[in-house]
Amino acid sequence: MTLLTILFDGVAYGMLLFVLACGLAVTLGLMNFVNLAHGAFAMAGGYVCAILVNRIGWPFFAALPMAFIASALIGAVLERTLYRHLYHRSHLDQVLFSIGLVFMAVTGVDYVMGSSQMFINLPSYLQGQIDLFGLHVGRYRLMIVVICGLLTIALQLILSKTRFGSRLRAAVDDPRAASGLGINVPQVFAFTFAFGCGLAGMGGALGAEILGLDPHFPLKFMIYFLIVVTVGGSSSITGPFFASLLLGIGDVAGKYYVPTLGAFVIYTLMIVILLWRPNGLFGRSAAR
Amino acid sequence: MLKTFISAAVAAAGVFALGAVANAQEAVKIGLIVPMTGGQASTGQQINNAIKLYQQKNGDTVAGKKVEVILKDDAAVPDNTKRLAQELIVNEKVNIIAGFGVTPAALAAAPLATQAKVPLIVMAAGTSIITERSPYIARTSFTLAQSSTIIGDWAAKNGIKKVVTLTSDYAPGNDALAAFKEHFTAGGGAIVEEVKVPLANPDFAPFLQRMKDAKPDAVFVFVPAGQGGNFMKQYAERGLDKSGIKVIGPGDVMDDDLLNGMGDAAIGAVTAHLYSAAHPSAMNKAFVADYKKAYNARPGFMAVGGWDGIHLIYEALKKTGGKADGDSLIAAMKGMKWESPRGPISIDPETRDIVQNIYIREVKKVDGELYNVEFATFEAVKDPGKTKK
Repeated sequence: MTLLTILFDGVAYGMLLFVLACGLAVTLGLMNFVNLAHGAFAMAGGYVCAILVNRIGWPFFAALPMAFIASALIGAVLERTLYRHLYHRSHLDQVLFSIGLVFMAVTGVDYVMGSSQMFINLPSYLQGQIDLFGLHVGRYRLMIVVICGLLTIALQLILSKTRFGSRLRAAVDDPRAASGLGINVPQVFAFTFAFGCGLAGMGGALGAEILGLDPHFPLKFMIYFLIVVTVGGSSSITGPFFASLLLGIGDVAGKYYVPTLGAFVIYTLMIVILLWRPNGLFGRSAAR
Repeated sequence: MLKTFISAAVAAAGVFALGAVANAQEAVKIGLIVPMTGGQASTGQQINNAIKLYQQKNGDTVAGKKVEVILKDDAAVPDNTKRLAQELIVNEKVNIIAGFGVTPAALAAAPLATQAKVPLIVMAAGTSIITERSPYIARTSFTLAQSSTIIGDWAAKNGIKKVVTLTSDYAPGNDALAAFKEHFTAGGGAIVEEVKVPLANPDFAPFLQRMKDAKPDAVFVFVPAGQGGNFMKQYAERGLDKSGIKVIGPGDVMDDDLLNGMGDAAIGAVTAHLYSAAHPSAMNKAFVADYKKAYNARPGFMAVGGWDGIHLIYEALKKTGGKADGDSLIAAMKGMKWESPRGPISIDPETRDIVQNIYIREVKKVDGELYNVEFATFEAVKDPGKTKK
């Protein structure tokens, strides 16, 4: 039974990591843009949700989509004003630019919201555990699994089955030919970027309960986002998804069974996987 | 920028106009170095708030001298602390340096206090060794061992036999664990499992599951203040509150600053600490009311550290009749006793460290808010880190 509980906790943690990081997989993998400021959008979503729920009294499930929308809007504005100028610059420029944004976000939020940890007041039906056939399952974690699972399926369908998905893939693979075919490449990129930021924002709102929320959030979890994308390979959504699950379960199980080594399990997993598959689990060969 | 320029211009003018030197001696200057930004900012804000409040209540002149506080932000980075202390001592000619949010910051400034013979008043940092680093250091906050040993003694005497510990893997966490362990096992208790949590990972799920399976009487917790809330929420989520496993620990985890944000999950946690905003004395009631009125927030133990720090300086100046050199001030501070919002306290004449009551408290809901309600007192506790010698 304990094994199943650990497995469940690991899956929930992994799903959360996936929602937080998949926006980065999109920008980094599909758009080939190194956006280290990804965590800042996640933080924005978390704070929007916290303010709506705690100060204005919105229900949690109404605030969750707002976290998505707010982060997506911020993402869209920044993409149009700042990011698009850097698409054709070197990766080093992109890293320097986005890390600068992170520090601005950290100090900005620190100034406006204060540096102490923020909690979102959850409704009582999301607290505690429920009994599923003898297995004790945290309600909040169950909700994460359900929401993140649905999101993953939707995302995969959008990318592989819709017109927008094929336009995006075309725009990424050969922007010049794509524009020649009448695809508005900048618009596709702007939309994709905003969507990735929105996902991050929603992840931030969902994760506040488990990961905590303070102005240093983007720096604290940057390493986790990067591990997910590196291990998963950045050319698809399935890669980061399986990577998140693997890392989530590995991390939780490692901390349960060998607590003294707990913190290192996730890094060990990463190193082993990368030795085995240097381009990530589902990475294509390093052609680009 | 403009401010720096003006103060630089004023300083330059002072060199030429020798009369200014005489003027400067009228005032006693305190250089207050605390983190006002970064992860430790709430420490600095509470201390600064309390000092401002004290000066509003008690005036800014004492023994015929004006007491002037110069606030500097070190963001809890020891390099900054050292540079700021140096600037304050050399350029501003401060008589006292005070504040110090974290141990490394206090240690960085300690040699300067010795060299310049300037008293260094520690208002927050809590490691035992600090006061031993310079004969000019006095402390008005606490040491971590004070509360961790007391909760160990209390637990052993109150029917708690089996304990699992969960501490963050960094110096204060390890200190708290060592102090607790020594006293709890000496009292006949057994530690069935020690879990050290990495500092950067706040998902406590696997650790909590481990505890649930070990079925102890209580969990001893010490994590950085911000994570206390996460811990308590996940503790309740996993149903540990209903399985009869108590949460015990030093009171830092249940700081008044954070308590209400934790929600009802925190109810029932028993901690040992020097201060609770619910301390039932008239002086504390007035202190909490004034603080709330001025800053719209509840004072925590850091605010009390600042309040008592400035009080110690005022009283020492009264005793020396306004003589503000380091040796006279430190001599005056040794052995000083007074009533603080936290209860009766004194400065140990041998170690210059604080001697205070440690209270055992339980988190309860009072008038719709969460408070640490005190129910037992260990009187005049010295720092156990030093009494061993």
